[in-house]
Amino acid sequence: MDTKNNKDSSENFPLGVGSTLFEKIWEQHIVKTIDNGPSVLYIDRHFIHEVTSPQAFTGLNKRGIKVLRPKQTIATADHNVPTLNQHLPIKEELSRKQVEALIQNCAEHGIELYGLGHPFQGIVHVIGPELGITQPGMTIVCGDSHTSTHGAFGAIAFGIGTSEVEMVFASQCLLQSKPKLMRINVDGILNKGVVSKDIVLYILSKITASGATGYAVEFAGSAIRSLSMEARMTICNMSIEMGGRCGLIAPDETTFNYIKGREFAPQGEALERKLAEWKQLFSDSDATFDKEYHFDADGIEPMITYGTNPGMGIGVSEKIPTAETINENDKSGLSKSLAYMGLQQGAAIKGQKIDYVFIGSCTNSRIEDLRMVASFVKGKHKADDVEVWIVPGSKQVEAQAIEEGIDKIFEEAGFQLRQPGCSACLGMNEDKIPAGKYCISTSNRNFEGRQGAGARTLLASPLTAAAAAITGFVTDVRELLN
Amino acid sequence: MKAINTITSRFVPINIENIDTDQIIPARFLKATTKDGFGKNLFRDWRYYNDDESKTRADFPLNMSQFDGEILVAGKNFGCGSSREHAAWSILDAGFRVVVSSFYADIFKNNALNNGVLPVQVSDAFLQRIFLQDNNTELTVDLENQTITINSTGEQEHFDISSYKKTCLLNGYDDIDYLLSIKKDIEVFEAS
Repeated sequence: MDTKNNKDSSENFPLGVGSTLFEKIWEQHIVKTIDNGPSVLYIDRHFIHEVTSPQAFTGLNKRGIKVLRPKQTIATADHNVPTLNQHLPIKEELSRKQVEALIQNCAEHGIELYGLGHPFQGIVHVIGPELGITQPGMTIVCGDSHTSTHGAFGAIAFGIGTSEVEMVFASQCLLQSKPKLMRINVDGILNKGVVSKDIVLYILSKITASGATGYAVEFAGSAIRSLSMEARMTICNMSIEMGGRCGLIAPDETTFNYIKGREFAPQGEALERKLAEWKQLFSDSDATFDKEYHFDADGIEPMITYGTNPGMGIGVSEKIPTAETINENDKSGLSKSLAYMGLQQGAAIKGQKIDYVFIGSCTNSRIEDLRMVASFVKGKHKADDVEVWIVPGSKQVEAQAIEEGIDKIFEEAGFQLRQPGCSACLGMNEDKIPAGKYCISTSNRNFEGRQGAGARTLLASPLTAAAAAITGFVTDVRELLN
Repeated sequence: MKAINTITSRFVPINIENIDTDQIIPARFLKATTKDGFGKNLFRDWRYYNDDESKTRADFPLNMSQFDGEILVAGKNFGCGSSREHAAWSILDAGFRVVVSSFYADIFKNNALNNGVLPVQVSDAFLQRIFLQDNNTELTVDLENQTITINSTGEQEHFDISSYKKTCLLNGYDDIDYLLSIKKDIEVFEAS
């Protein structure tokens, strides 16, 4: 790992010095800048969901104003919905009321809602890209920290609080200070059994869960360029786990080909005009960053977390760190973390018994994730004492999986294919992991209690999760690949 | 938003690093459609065994009668994780107006500022000095002068805050008031 600081953020740059991808998009969206204060940033797309929007609508109603640009606002119900029997009324009263409030608020303010029962419903960070709403060069916000996902298209996309949701409703703008800029380069070719989730867990294990706080992070390098759009989304999704304000990847042919033909993507001449604009979205060769990292892709093995923040990860063949070997950031929390997890310093993680497998969340619930799992488990069956939940990211992903016969492969493997939602990633609905149980999860957070009070989460890729589903233990998937 | 200027108070110390917003307020309490009443579930799973209010954890500072005050002091990287503003609402609803730490996650910091909760960022060394004080020690946080003082020893540190946010907090203004006042500028921007 090399780091270098080649730009002091307080410095003023002389004209002629190149711009970063982030700066190009940022400059295009500044309405005005307050003297010695933040800038007014214009927001192109605002995604909302049931959990972080109701208090913002209440705020608008108190002021007696309407959403300024409802056509730039898109709603779905995802965090708090059941993943079984979605055709029935939601049983849990508070959850039902929250979803009903979203329906009513959207109707009153003229906002398109892809709610339960709609063919476009799904996790907000899955449906935006798959519908072609997310596009390069845009500013995108949502009252959800994983909004960073959309940055994979070369957009500035970040999570906001409910007060900020209300600001965007009222003005289509936010007051923002420009973050510092970081570039993380990953070059080389990935080893067999290593996928984009492993790249991001590896980066996290090196720079820690606060390593990018205060920065916008651009991911670059040949290993990043080689990834599909969906794999890139997994990387940007977890830039918030490093503390990053947002994550971005410069758009290229992979991006353009993914967008073309989607429901709300530009078409014909409009598309040609957009493509010409999008092709200007890259960091100039002489652009500078406040901080830069370089990693080699071939040094990465399948990753898994052992602790209670996403930076506490190791290669699956490695041993859990000890107080002597762990980085400074996680030193003080190691004992507490391992006590919660029921794991020991210096022990192997491979072979750890697993009770649940969760394949889903805005990190890894797209069709490519499901295909990856299906191609690995085809003809195999889960271990007897493991429960396996597959939660697709959207109705469209679910429909595609059924069309491809992936649902049959899961059924034969003893995996349960459920209906779209955030589900056991955060355990807001009924999908909770019981206290003390171990869950290998393709989601993004292994915080204490995240998947249910007392639940013990090990974050991993869909492949590593699938391998554990088959064996019942943390497994090096490379040993099971042909 | 309630204005804030100078606060002199005892403090509640939670000497743990990387406290994420799932610990501050677990997801199962996010089903409300109002901003009220989150305080009773602040740090819920660190306060009670098995989610049972009759089984309090005697060693958790919020449960210890000797600790009290309007200032919460916590380890570095406070508020990482989810963007849930419920974390700031629960801290405010539990009676805190100031959080002191040596490092904050970005979204939490904004959420706190937008709710009249002042996040004071101090050096690691100063934070450790606060943790070493006894439970009767008062801290004074002076927003106007951007200082925090350990009153018993006189030790003092300056803290940073943007002049815009400082003005907002001193006066109880919020960003929406400002954004609504520049509607014309926004329309001109959209037309371009």
